[in-house]
Amino acid sequence: MAESINPSVGGKPSTVSGRAATEQPRLLMRGINKSFGAVRALTNVDFEVYDGEVVGLVGDNGAGKSTLIKTIAGVGPADDGEVFVAGEPVKITSPQIASRLGIETVYQDLALCDNLDVVSNLFLGREHHTPFGVLSEIEMERQGLNVLRTLDVKIPSIRATVAALSGGQRQSIAVAKTILRNAKLILLDEPTAALGVAQTKQVLNLILRLREQGLAVVVISHNLADVFEVVDRVIVMRLGKRVATFDVKSTTAEKVVAAITGAEFGEMLQTSTATNGTEGGQ
Amino acid sequence: MSEIINKTTPTPGGSDVAASSVEAPSYTQKRSFGQLLRGDLGFLPVLLTFVAIATYFEITTGGLFFTTGNLSNLLQQNIQIGIASLAVTLVLLIGEIDLSVAVVSTFCAVVMGVLSERYHFPPALAIIIGILVGVLIGAINGFFVAVLRIPSFIVTLAASIAYSGLLLTLLAGQATLIISDPFILSIAGSARSFLPDFLGVGLPTLAIILYAASILWEQVQRRRSGLRTKSLVQLLLQIGIVVVIVEGVVAILENTPSPTPGIYLGVPNTAAILFGLILLVWVVLTKTPYGRYIYAVGGNVEAARRAGINVVFIRMSMFALCSGLAAVAGILQASYANSVASAVSSDLLLSAIAAAVIGGVSLFGGKGSVWSIVLGTLIIGSLVNGLALRSQGSDIRQIVEGAVLLLAVTIDAIIRRIQASSKSGR
Repeated sequence: MAESINPSVGGKPSTVSGRAATEQPRLLMRGINKSFGAVRALTNVDFEVYDGEVVGLVGDNGAGKSTLIKTIAGVGPADDGEVFVAGEPVKITSPQIASRLGIETVYQDLALCDNLDVVSNLFLGREHHTPFGVLSEIEMERQGLNVLRTLDVKIPSIRATVAALSGGQRQSIAVAKTILRNAKLILLDEPTAALGVAQTKQVLNLILRLREQGLAVVVISHNLADVFEVVDRVIVMRLGKRVATFDVKSTTAEKVVAAITGAEFGEMLQTSTATNGTEGGQ
Repeated sequence: MSEIINKTTPTPGGSDVAASSVEAPSYTQKRSFGQLLRGDLGFLPVLLTFVAIATYFEITTGGLFFTTGNLSNLLQQNIQIGIASLAVTLVLLIGEIDLSVAVVSTFCAVVMGVLSERYHFPPALAIIIGILVGVLIGAINGFFVAVLRIPSFIVTLAASIAYSGLLLTLLAGQATLIISDPFILSIAGSARSFLPDFLGVGLPTLAIILYAASILWEQVQRRRSGLRTKSLVQLLLQIGIVVVIVEGVVAILENTPSPTPGIYLGVPNTAAILFGLILLVWVVLTKTPYGRYIYAVGGNVEAARRAGINVVFIRMSMFALCSGLAAVAGILQASYANSVASAVSSDLLLSAIAAAVIGGVSLFGGKGSVWSIVLGTLIIGSLVNGLALRSQGSDIRQIVEGAVLLLAVTIDAIIRRIQASSKSGR
């Protein structure tokens, strides 16, 4: 953790700049605007995330993080702006469309049924069944175990009810569910809020696992320590604008905090331009 | 499915590693007694309560309770409660309530009775129309609850009042309509309303064989896929208990002497219908996606909706099925009593809900098994039966019934709390 904050350790070329030159971003948004009546929630926001990259989306309350996430998830479509998924121009107007494009969101409430067991939750709404309409429990259990093992999740039993699991395990189940839905981009809303130290560790490990699998991950978090531990880039929102982008290998928590609060505006702006420059100017 | 899974799915042999690396190996050994009570042995407190009640009546009635004749009676008297309880369980599972089961049950029996006796419809047609009227009533209730989002408590209370009025209109002032159609009576209300021996013994035995075969088949499949399996002892115990209970009940019923000396009654048609319906509902609830959606809607509506489940359809269909089953209950009761009365049994509604709750169906939705309502019904039924054997009036019975209901719910709540506090930190 200390390593990643220290800019001097970032010896090898960062994944971001390495990818940007060759690859299409998994998701690219340009000039996103969104208003609620007279309130401008998002002003000309650009956003991009690449495969195999974890992006941290930070900002104070009311900075527009959630609004931005909702436009990506299709819950609250943007008023205008361009969206590209893997280079293809798309319009994300509903959660179903987002899901079809491989974008899945894990909200803070996780949307799990406490009374059902792990397998039932993993496959809820898309159960495997025989031609006679009987559930194929064994097939689902096998696939469920496989995806949980890929994510290095440990649970007492895959037949335990979700109510009996710890907070970290529940978060893991919610994420595993998105992978079974063939997600390419996973949005995590405050994944470590309300978790203990060990549970947080578990979830951060899970996020790293997702990156290893080549998935694009966006993490919204208030906890900068967590952010610095797992993300590759930090995007800072303030008052509905994207005010800065940092490569975690070459920045410090102090600079990010400064960008979030708007202190030392001049210095922050410099960092922002510099980072954007290495990425080929979005 | 997902590329990631395919990428990492090894040969079937490798899945062994999957199970052991994801699931804690010591899970089954580590369960405390409290956890067992919430899980596999959840029926134990209810069973013990039933045994205690039965033993009490066996002693205080001087051995009348445990006679085969009385046990057969006990079963036949409680068919309506049992099926109505099954009906209300469906609605309780999605976290709603249906206060109209008793009225709908009687109303549909009246519809059948009027069609058959006054308009001379063929009996089978009258029965089918009676059941369909029930389904329609339920669908209307469900429409108000699921689409218009009116609390089910109010909707079904209003329905209950309205249909008890409509019922009086249908009967046109008649207090009791005597059913005389031989077919309708033959279902439950005549000396011939019992299954022939080969069916009475054969059907339950067939069900057990299918059950055991499916369990063993699943065991083999799980072992082949490298999934965690139950121990052989556990498996044999599970099958053994079912065999003993089912064949024991069948043996009692087959050895019940009829009023005519030398003839034995056998398994009542109504009991076969009740257990057939429970079996059917159990299969739908536990083995099909539809059943899983019902539990999901009861557990977390928002999660169910986000998973793409048609919550409105699930809710409406549960109310429709509930009232349809209530109609079946009413029709069987009409046949058993050889009549339909304008007065709706005041106990039926509370007994049906009490039987479900005593059996462990949660009032908050998403929890409960249909088999447990058998125990709940037996407890309610044996109280009524035992107190009648002791020539006690309904005053004492209602006091005891209320106390038992409260006790059962309290025990359930306490066990839940113990388990919640023993859970690992979250």
